Amino acid sequence: MQAPAQTSGSGLRLAIVLGLVALAAIVPILLPSWATLITLVAAKGVVVLGVIILLQAGQVSFGHAMYFAVGAYAVAFWGRHMGPGDLILYLLLGSAAATLFGAVIGLFVVRYREIFFGMLNLAFSMVLWSLLEKLYHYTNGADGIRVVRPTIAGIAFQPETFQYALLYVTLVIAVVASYVAQRYLDSPLGHMLRAIKSNETRLEYLGVSARRVLLIGYVLSAFLCGLGGALVAVAQQIATPEFGYWTKSGEFVFIAILGGSSSALGAFAGSAVFEIVRFYAAAKLANTWQLILGVVLIAIIMFAPNGLVGILNRNRRNAEARR
Amino acid sequence: MSAPLLQARGLEIRFGGVVAADGVDLDVIEGENLAIIGPNGAGKTTFLNISTGYLKPLAGTVTFLGQDITRLPPRAITRLGIARAFQIPQLFLEQTVMENMMIAAAARSGETSGWRRLLDRPEREEMLRLLDSVGVAAFAERRAHELPEGQRKLVDIALALALKPRLLLMDEPTSGVASSEKMGVMDILVAALAREKVSSVFVEHDMDMVERYAHRVAVWSSGRIQTVGPPAQVLGDPEVRQRVIGI
Repeated sequence: MQAPAQTSGSGLRLAIVLGLVALAAIVPILLPSWATLITLVAAKGVVVLGVIILLQAGQVSFGHAMYFAVGAYAVAFWGRHMGPGDLILYLLLGSAAATLFGAVIGLFVVRYREIFFGMLNLAFSMVLWSLLEKLYHYTNGADGIRVVRPTIAGIAFQPETFQYALLYVTLVIAVVASYVAQRYLDSPLGHMLRAIKSNETRLEYLGVSARRVLLIGYVLSAFLCGLGGALVAVAQQIATPEFGYWTKSGEFVFIAILGGSSSALGAFAGSAVFEIVRFYAAAKLANTWQLILGVVLIAIIMFAPNGLVGILNRNRRNAEARR
Repeated sequence: MSAPLLQARGLEIRFGGVVAADGVDLDVIEGENLAIIGPNGAGKTTFLNISTGYLKPLAGTVTFLGQDITRLPPRAITRLGIARAFQIPQLFLEQTVMENMMIAAAARSGETSGWRRLLDRPEREEMLRLLDSVGVAAFAERRAHELPEGQRKLVDIALALALKPRLLLMDEPTSGVASSEKMGVMDILVAALAREKVSSVFVEHDMDMVERYAHRVAVWSSGRIQTVGPPAQVLGDPEVRQRVIGI
C-alpha cells in the first residue's frame, strides 16, 4: 500500500474513493439486482485487503480462504444452534473466530517464507476443508449450513430491504477496514512488515523479531478474511466447504494481483472486475468464464504488473509529467 | 580507555577444512576504535559474525558488559547495545532513507504501535541530524535503492548509529566509497562515534586508514591473533609488514 512518501495524490485518491462509494451506494437503487453483487464486491475486497497485507511482506498465502470459511461458519453455527442473531454479533463472531484461528496457525507458519509459507497455508486450509466436508453430522458436509437472516442493529428487515441495509453496512465496513489497514501499514509495525520483504536480516540486526512482526500482520489478515467471510455468508445466506477450498484462496490472490497490491483501492478494484466479469460471463458464457478471467489475468501480468491501480497511477504520473 | 566492553575468549570455528578462529582471545576497550587487519579469508569477518550472533563458535565465549552473548540471536545482542554495519550495505531498499532511519528509531524504543504513523514519531529531527552528520541528509526522501553504493554505505552506518549502540562493528566501512572521499568519510564517521560515545571495531585493508583512525590494531592471521597493539607499533613490525601488508 502507499507509503507516506507517495501521498502527493492523496486528495485525488480520497475523491476517487468517495466517488466510488457513492456510486456503489446509488447504482443498486437503479439496478436492484446489483445490490447483492456490490455487497459481495465490497465483502471480498475486505478479504483481499488481508491478502494484500501479507503481500507487503513478500509472502503469498494459498490458504487464506480458510479464514474466510471460519468467519462464515462461525456465523452459520451461531444461527444453527442459537437462532437468529444481530449482524453486529455475526461480524464480531466471524472476525473473532478467524483471528483466533489465525493466531494459532500463524505461530507455526510465520517460521517459514515464500513457497513454504504459501504451501503450509494451503495445507492447513485443505485440512479445514476436509473437516467441513467429512464431519457431516456437524457441518452438513457439501450442502453447507444455511445462515439465518440477522437483524441489523436490532431492526428486522424484510428480504427486499435487507439487501440494501446489508449493502450499506458492508460499504461502511469496507471503508473503515481500508483506513485501518492503511494506518497499520503506515505505522512502525507496517513498515517493519514491508521491511521483511526487502531485508529481513537487517531487521533482525535492528533488534526486531521478524517473526513477531509477520505474526501480527498474519493475524490482522486473518481478521479481515474472517470479517469478509461473515459478510459473504450473510449476503449469500449459506456457508459451504467451498468457502475454504484452495481455488477460493487462489481467487483472492488472483483478485489482489488483478487490482494491484500496492493500495487498498486495488483490493476493491480487483474484486469489482472479478465479480462483474464472473456475473455476466457466467450468465452468457457458461463454463467459459474462467477462460475469460484467465486471459484478463495474463494481460494484467504482462502489461500492467502493478494491477489496475498501477495503470491508474501510471496514467496520473504521465498526466503530471505532461503539465 | 578503561574496562573491556567486549571480551572474546578461546573462540574456535572452522568451515570445512578452513580454520577461521583457533583459540582467539580479544578485548575491545570502552572508548576505543579497534582495527582488525589480516589477509583475505583469515577470519576477520567471522569475528564480527560471532560477536553479533550470526555464527555460533565451536568453542569459546563472547561476553559484552560482563554478559555471555555467545548463544544469543542477533536481535537480542543488538538490544544489549552492539550494532553492526555491513560490508555490503543492508538497507530496506524499497523504502526511503528516512523510513529506514525511522524504522531503526522505532526499533530502538521498542515501538509496537500498529496505529501511530512511523513518520509522525518524535525522532524524525534526530534522524535527520544523524543523516546530516554522515553527509547523506540530502538523500532522506530518496528510496534506498536509488542511492549510489557509497551513499548506501553511509546510510547503513547511520542506521546502526540510530540504535545508539555502545559498540559498533563495521566491516570495511569505506569500501564502495570513492578513493578520494574515503578519508573524508572516515573523518565524519570517527567524529560521530566520538560525539555519540560509541566504541568501534572495524575490519580494514587500507593501512593508511588503520594508522590514522585506530587506537589499537589486532592482526588476524590463519585463525589466530598474531599481535595487538598501537598502530605505529603493529604496522612497524617487520613480520606484520611482510605477512599481512605484503611489503
